[in-house]
Amino acid sequence: MSFLIKNGRIVDPITNTDEILDLLIENGKIVKKSKSIRKKTGTEVLDASNLVICPGFIDMHVHFREPGQEYKEDIQSGTSSAVAGGFTAVACMANTDPINDSSSITERILKKAREVGYCKVYPIGSVSVGLKGEKLSELSDQFLAGAVAFSDDGFPVKDSFIMRSALEYSKMLGVAILDHAEDMSLSKDKVMHEGVVSTTLGLSANPDASEDICVYRDLRLAELTGGKIHILHVSSKGAVDLIRNAKKKGVNVTCEVTPHHFSLTDEEIRGFNSSYKMAPPLRDEEHRMALIDGLKDGTIDVIASDHAPHDQADLEVEFDRVPFGVVGLETAVPIALDRLVQSGILTLSEMIEKFTSGPSKAIGIPCAKIEEGSFADLTILDLEKIYTVIPNDFKSRAKNTPFSGWELKGCPVATIVDGVFVMNNVG
Amino acid sequence: MSTERYSKKDLLSVSELTPDEILFLLDQTDSFREVNERDIKKIPTLRGKTVVNLFFEASTRTRASFEIAGKRLSADVINLSSTTSSSQKGETLRDTARNIEAMGTDVLVVRHPSSGAPEYLGRELSCAVINAGDGSHEHPTQALLDLYTIRQHKKEFNDLNVSIVGDIAHSRVARSDVAGLLKLGANVTICGPSTMIPARAECLGAKVTTNLDEAISNADVLITLRIQLERGGGMAFPSAREYANTFGINKARLENANSELLIMHPGPINRGVEMSPDVADGPFSVILEQVEYGVACRMSILYLLSG
Repeated sequence: MSFLIKNGRIVDPITNTDEILDLLIENGKIVKKSKSIRKKTGTEVLDASNLVICPGFIDMHVHFREPGQEYKEDIQSGTSSAVAGGFTAVACMANTDPINDSSSITERILKKAREVGYCKVYPIGSVSVGLKGEKLSELSDQFLAGAVAFSDDGFPVKDSFIMRSALEYSKMLGVAILDHAEDMSLSKDKVMHEGVVSTTLGLSANPDASEDICVYRDLRLAELTGGKIHILHVSSKGAVDLIRNAKKKGVNVTCEVTPHHFSLTDEEIRGFNSSYKMAPPLRDEEHRMALIDGLKDGTIDVIASDHAPHDQADLEVEFDRVPFGVVGLETAVPIALDRLVQSGILTLSEMIEKFTSGPSKAIGIPCAKIEEGSFADLTILDLEKIYTVIPNDFKSRAKNTPFSGWELKGCPVATIVDGVFVMNNVG
Repeated sequence: MSTERYSKKDLLSVSELTPDEILFLLDQTDSFREVNERDIKKIPTLRGKTVVNLFFEASTRTRASFEIAGKRLSADVINLSSTTSSSQKGETLRDTARNIEAMGTDVLVVRHPSSGAPEYLGRELSCAVINAGDGSHEHPTQALLDLYTIRQHKKEFNDLNVSIVGDIAHSRVARSDVAGLLKLGANVTICGPSTMIPARAECLGAKVTTNLDEAISNADVLITLRIQLERGGGMAFPSAREYANTFGINKARLENANSELLIMHPGPINRGVEMSPDVADGPFSVILEQVEYGVACRMSILYLLSG
């Protein structure tokens, strides 16, 4: 099995490449990278003129609902959504049913992903048994089974001692704790950001301080223990500032932002539109701009979708009862291209970093390099193509997106995993 | 007399009304008040129309007021109460409401603990939806009857000083009253302990203070809110005793008040907490007038929305 990609613009921040070259892929690997590779008979050719070839994109924060709630999303539909969105690898959170707090669930997810998955799937184990925050899960056992990091995402680790222990223990394993940071005593049962909109609508609200307090605690614990921490879905200015300072001090911290947090604000909720209900909540423009600054100056390492599929029936309820979160695998890259690259906030190469080397470093999983010998996980982008968000066309089983109807400039047009096209819309 | 008619399908909030729409609703209320003063308090206006009161929260006054209003207009009025809490798995609000609509309901009057629930039903249903109080959001019929009561006594809203005292953060009455009063040209002050003032409260458009004497001293109208113990109001101050001492309205507190001051309260009163009995039953109080006008006000709304 071999094919040739002709005349593509190779943009690889890892090897610092940005030039038009040909790539020859054989047996899942990049075997040749140079100008004008001659086509052998029998080799298929993809004309990638005017397209951008990047290392395969990684979404390090998704929720697949398998095991337990496959009607919302299973590994097959979830990975199908991932490759449609340009991702060659995903890391899936532990809040399945049962919770992925043991090696047997981790193994089950990996087995299922090998059988039906369209892309690489890296399970994230839970920090605490049942996500309850009371007792550490068997982190070492989960790690040996294939868990790449640990997180109680959906909940913070409430107890500071448990968090300290998790950071110390995972440091021994060389993996990161992924931190959903909020002080639940300030944010429990709160449905949106505290500010002008919540006051106008009379909705119960979660102040930015809830996030900042927990981020501060966990950065201090990472500093204390030397453990590796990754702050999930940063949404507040305070959190960005704290992480920026911690990085200066040498704390082993990375962090991510979601496309919805850098492109939307709480103003969208006026009229009680529950498509914009997230945890952490969409905050106001000042916070959104702080996230943009964090992306620009490198404080924010990763863009992750926090893909959270929900069943339509669960969404047809009053605002308070609507579950938090939105799907994002199929919109993350177009949103990033349109809102960050086309608008000049990030260079194309900087944006690609946040989807490749950024997540790869944060959770220690392999990232393709566009050089001879690397495994051929590639994402191909068309920077000119207009992508219109039509939820009913999603490969994901869930349609809960805040971006319905948006027209975005630039989108993935092909996804290659280990030298095989798993999505191809070129031409 | 305003010339605009009311053309919306629903009545969901005061914020979405124009000043003319508000004045139109107040003018309509006048004509229904006359019916309530008759010996035989019933007119056939809504004969054959069905009004359903769907209440997901306890209510005495508002529900009775809507029921009496509907019956005086000869509508068939059904009361449904549900204590379905969010933790109980049951039929969804949408399904319940669609079933009620399917029975040929013309007007659905909804009270719900979730802010925005009536807006949600307004989008989902083709019958008229009236918000009878949603979470901490709005209580538009209360505001309309408050505005009507004020107009009966003060005639003009321009330059009228109205102070609203109590748990502003959790009060749907406060949000509706502030919106309505500002639209009609009044000066509004909101006042309460700082734990009961919502974040960025100035966005509501009223003056904000924690000084009760200041709120009272130049007020022409004083609207006192009920302390909403069921919405966490109890956590925002140390004790009912301390609240009564610092923010309770009593005779001594009113010493320097305007001699024409109107004292209002949406009810039910926590006597001795936010208001002392001698004030609630005293000469400035128009609390029972509010209740009386509430019926006429709701008659006018039911009439306009049942199309």
